[in-house]
Amino acid sequence: MSDVVEKTLTALPALLALDSQPGAAKLSSTSKLGHLIRSITELSSKHEEEKLISKELAAIKDQISSPNTTMRQMRELMVRAMYCEMLGYEADFVYIHAIKLAQQGTVLEKRVGYLAVSLFLNESHELLLLLVNTVLKDLQSTNLIEVCMALTVVSQMFPKDMIPAILPLVEEKLSHPKEIIRRKAVLALYKFYLIAPNQVQHIHGKFRKALCDKDPGVMTSSLLIYQQLIKESPASYKDLTGSFVTILRQVVGGKLPLDFNFHSVPAPWLQIQLLRILSLLGREDQSTSELMYEVLDESLRRAEMNHNITYAILYECVKAIYTIHPKADLLEKAARCIGNFVLSPKINLKYLGLKALTYVVQHDANLALQHQMTIIECLDHSDLIIKRETLELLFRITNAQNVTVIVDKMLGFLKLCNDDYTIIDLVGKVADLAEKYAPDNEWFIQTMNVVFSLGGDLMQPDIPNNFLRLLAEGSDNEEDDKHLKLYAVDSYLTVLKGDCSRLPQRFLQVVSWVLGEYSCLKEDEDQREVISLLNKLLEQRGVSSETRSWVLSALTKLCVGPGCADLALELADSLSSSLDTVLRQQAHELRLLSQDSQLHARVLPRPAPLDNLEVDSSLSFLDGFVSDALAAGAAPYKPPHQRHEENQQRALSLEPYGLSLPVSLSSCTLTDRQSPTLFSVSSGLSGNSTEPTHRTGANTLMLEGVKRVWGKEGYLPQKEPSGTQVSVEEPSDVVQSPHQQGTAETLTTQPETEPEPEPAQLDQEKQQLASSLFVGLGSQNSMSLLGKTEAAAPRFRRKGRHHESASSSSSSGASEMSSNSSHSSHHTADSFLYGGLLEEEPATPIQSLYHTLKSTTANGSLDSRQHSRPASGMGENEGRDIVSVKEDKQSNSSQILGSDMVIVRPSKMAEEAVVPPQNSSRPLPSTSSHSSDYMILQLPSELQGLPHSDIVKMTSDSHLSVSCCRVFREDALLLVFLLSNPTETALRDIAVELSCKELETASLKGNVIECLDGRNSSVCRYTLLMQRPHTQVVFTGFVTYQTQPGHTHTLPFSGNLSTADFIRPLVLSTEEYGKLWLSFSNDVKKNLPLLTNTGDSLLATLNALKDSLQLHIVDIIGSEGIVACRLLSGAPCLMHCRVNDASLAVWMRSPLSSLSDCVLYHCQRVLEEL
Amino acid sequence: MEWVGSPKINQLWWDSSLWGRELKLNTCERSHLYCARVKISLTAVYSGTVRTYQDNMQFMLLFSRQGKLRLQKWYVALSDTQKKKISREVIQMVLARKPKMCSFLEWRDLKIVYKRYASLYFCCAVEDQENELITLEIIHRYVELLDKYFGSVCELDIIFNFEKAYYILDEFILGGEAQETSKKIVLKAIEQADMLQEEAEAPRSVLEEIGLT
Repeated sequence: MSDVVEKTLTALPALLALDSQPGAAKLSSTSKLGHLIRSITELSSKHEEEKLISKELAAIKDQISSPNTTMRQMRELMVRAMYCEMLGYEADFVYIHAIKLAQQGTVLEKRVGYLAVSLFLNESHELLLLLVNTVLKDLQSTNLIEVCMALTVVSQMFPKDMIPAILPLVEEKLSHPKEIIRRKAVLALYKFYLIAPNQVQHIHGKFRKALCDKDPGVMTSSLLIYQQLIKESPASYKDLTGSFVTILRQVVGGKLPLDFNFHSVPAPWLQIQLLRILSLLGREDQSTSELMYEVLDESLRRAEMNHNITYAILYECVKAIYTIHPKADLLEKAARCIGNFVLSPKINLKYLGLKALTYVVQHDANLALQHQMTIIECLDHSDLIIKRETLELLFRITNAQNVTVIVDKMLGFLKLCNDDYTIIDLVGKVADLAEKYAPDNEWFIQTMNVVFSLGGDLMQPDIPNNFLRLLAEGSDNEEDDKHLKLYAVDSYLTVLKGDCSRLPQRFLQVVSWVLGEYSCLKEDEDQREVISLLNKLLEQRGVSSETRSWVLSALTKLCVGPGCADLALELADSLSSSLDTVLRQQAHELRLLSQDSQLHARVLPRPAPLDNLEVDSSLSFLDGFVSDALAAGAAPYKPPHQRHEENQQRALSLEPYGLSLPVSLSSCTLTDRQSPTLFSVSSGLSGNSTEPTHRTGANTLMLEGVKRVWGKEGYLPQKEPSGTQVSVEEPSDVVQSPHQQGTAETLTTQPETEPEPEPAQLDQEKQQLASSLFVGLGSQNSMSLLGKTEAAAPRFRRKGRHHESASSSSSSGASEMSSNSSHSSHHTADSFLYGGLLEEEPATPIQSLYHTLKSTTANGSLDSRQHSRPASGMGENEGRDIVSVKEDKQSNSSQILGSDMVIVRPSKMAEEAVVPPQNSSRPLPSTSSHSSDYMILQLPSELQGLPHSDIVKMTSDSHLSVSCCRVFREDALLLVFLLSNPTETALRDIAVELSCKELETASLKGNVIECLDGRNSSVCRYTLLMQRPHTQVVFTGFVTYQTQPGHTHTLPFSGNLSTADFIRPLVLSTEEYGKLWLSFSNDVKKNLPLLTNTGDSLLATLNALKDSLQLHIVDIIGSEGIVACRLLSGAPCLMHCRVNDASLAVWMRSPLSSLSDCVLYHCQRVLEEL
Repeated sequence: MEWVGSPKINQLWWDSSLWGRELKLNTCERSHLYCARVKISLTAVYSGTVRTYQDNMQFMLLFSRQGKLRLQKWYVALSDTQKKKISREVIQMVLARKPKMCSFLEWRDLKIVYKRYASLYFCCAVEDQENELITLEIIHRYVELLDKYFGSVCELDIIFNFEKAYYILDEFILGGEAQETSKKIVLKAIEQADMLQEEAEAPRSVLEEIGLT
């Protein structure tokens, strides 16, 4: 009874508090929440608060789980729980109740429930799955508020896998009579588009409808989607430019309801959105840009009020004007506008002005000149953020003349700054500038010293790496090189003589490497001093064991000659009992090397030659040793994982030993003259890949080209086999510093030798600073839109990898020729030249090759195709020279190679080059107009047996043409680049560089070619691996080559790859399929069109899919079919199809849900294209 | 003996490492690896390199001058501990700013835009490329909305009716993007929902609460 009374009492305040004004604030002071808040504010200590909250939470927990609690009380409890969570106390027991409340409550309880869910959970939370049904129900509700709530929660967070379940309902809402529902539906679809673009691709048409909606809110929301779409492919939405311009003009002209005004500026958010879209559309497109000049001008003119919001619009305008195709008078206005920003006394505007300026100076460096005094003032601003932005601006205008001042400013800022992110960023920039523009050696070394000591162990690992590479590889000028190295040695000796206990480990590593390598260049210096300094470093506490091994490597290099033997022995003795296995091994090596100076000279020649050393990573030179050992009864080698398994079987944990091996493998041995950061690449792999078979010489790694230089005479055989994994790395890029002048040697570590203008004596000083900062900018022409000229050749120009490896590849090529004759054939096979005419080809003995040559359209790009077919009686004497594209496709689809793989040619990459049918039906290609010669490009013979795509022309210029072919190997996608030189003159130093951020790329061979003779061709191979599925990835790359020494040409190329290129059939039985199916949980479902024109539509459809994507049809049972594929040798993707009237219902399962999405997307495309 | 190491060798090692891995891993290991990687990328969301798909507002915080959190809305999926850490860091940074300083801050790879209204700080985190001024005005619009709804809003209104403040925010910003910038329309939507709430509540609440229904 008392219970009932209490309930009445709690209900009363709510009744009394009923207020006819809905919006009015109700300070629910009598409510329990009010009580809670009040009592918290009365508390004095954090501890008391904790106590109170835990009591409160206990009470909530108690009440919430009681079956008598009504939904209404639940709502109240939920609000209190939300409050506790906000204070930072976990109340995860209420999460499930929040979902229940959203599910079962009436509208107002639902509202609280949904809010609680959106606050408590995030989209990866598993409980969210329980919400799906509720959302589904509410989306179908007739109550507007319920629909709104459901849409709101959907656009805030929704499990990606569940999108298909509600997608049709959300889509339906796009044509709802209420604008608020339409708007929320658009936003929900935007969200879906962001997280799963493939699933909404079919509703793009409806987005257009939303764009044309009569309600401005709905239209505005649809712009979000368009911005995203246009960002991804501007070309496909050019036709909408006119509409966007019209909308913007109406908005600017004040045609929208006054309600959208913000401080009497019409719909600023909408304006900004439109300006962003326009700048995306107009980028690098003159005709599109012309459409928008007028409206941009008007926007600039209208935004004249002095308020933040107008400045926000102006900023966006300026950015747009500088992004699109330039127009002089607009640029002028925009520049004036930036002036207003920068000169504004309001600090926020000043900041934005600097940001705009930073963006703009990339196009026109002169603008910085106009504002130099302001920039100088900002440089000394008390607010760090302004300073930071100014430095960003200076970074953009750095050139060879002002680099010292700018770098000095940056370093000054770095010393003040304590934010890790800023430090990492700035340190990278300083290193970048120093390398590019360093005026002389001293400055460079000193700057880098500061970079190393400030950047510490935070900085990007490639900074020390590049630095060492620079030192090691030097330039063409030997004198200068030596000077640089000597200076570095001197400066590091000074560093070591000082207090180095605070120096970052990375810096110490650099120091010890340089000293080890180059201190011998100093003839006058006694090596013993260097050794003792290093020795001191070795003994210092706080030096990490990684650094220790660097120091020890350096010592090993230095300990040569009679005087050092004792020292070396002493060192070796003291370290041979070290707990660190790497150090111990190095100590051992040191001992051996110091005793045998001849061996030392061989192992560590001095000065270190820059040539390549090739390593037989299969360690075949140890074969004799191993077989002797085996014959003497030793147990055969087992890789670590096997040993580990055995250990487990014996139920004995030998963990420490299991661990120690990989550690020693991954770190260095003393012979490596390696740079600090390449460690990880080699880690662990050698242990794993050294199967017993490798020992006996069978080599499954791709090492054909390796010359076995570490043969008998090396010192390695003296070591025990278990410890002989040598990981070999080195600073690998070549550096050249073309015009250097010798300078005096000084022994300083202080970076500030630059005469720095003191900012004390105001104006004059500032003027002076200005002249030093902005020097070199003024001489440029006033409208250089191509960005600041980097005319001054970077001082330390890195040549990329090609130079050095050029020689190595040629030498390996030679050895390949001799050792493996089947490989040598590809050079000759590639080099057939056909003088513009198609002739009967010499049939190769293995395959019958079938070539077609087609010329293409007006733009002169040409497409040389070639495809291979299996030998079985086809092709050779087919009389046609040209096969039309269509025929290709058909004949193609019927060609199934043994392994269930098909020669596919999904020619996404070739899209631009696809030949129009009318051209290809001509008997002879009209080639004469384009280029005088054609070369028949052909894959290396060992690849021709593999399924592969057409050879597609990527790019070409007058000296070189690059074509590409995708070879679908089981374990990777092989991109084969065919480089052909149609001219008579030889090309030198050709290097191919390929990059793709989504993929793992690795060059197999041939990416550097020393010389390509005229009318010859060469092949370069890259392997690509896709670890995470992407529907489409873009790869870019470039070829550099020299026509004559010093004249380097660069030829960029790019292309697309799709998931389909990385999919391989997964062959398994129906039972295996069943098991696998059950082991995955996340489904993706979709209806696909069915090919109905043939007899067995299911079979036809599946075959079509199989032919274009490499799928394996596991089984077809009645109207159902099961299909399997995998991502290279990785994640499987299973597909279960059922014929459903005229469509094919498809379920996909895969451990990677994005893989299912991608495969489904491609299936859909294939079927739509057919 | 030549110098140990060259680009060629790096490539070879890289290659063989690739093959080694490719050959060894079975599906289970692979998916395990994948899971591990996903975890890494999630934790890396705020360590600077990995981007989420969210490209406008990342989160919004309201806190008092004493650093007490009054409202928090996250538009990126993060764990509770991450959220706590981030809000602690951000609050500390913003409170350390002096009144005449710039309203923008760099924090990791994001921009923090904040503004103080009376005793309350409103603070948003946006992408570096975002227009900070417009974010500042979004904050201002939100304050206007609160002001209109509560009738000259004060911190206490937001403390005691924080759920209402959330409703307004959800109606104004959805998934990190400004959803509806018309003040009238936003408030109408909120009032409609409130109205319904009152109607649904009034006739039955007492009876139901007493347990007679």
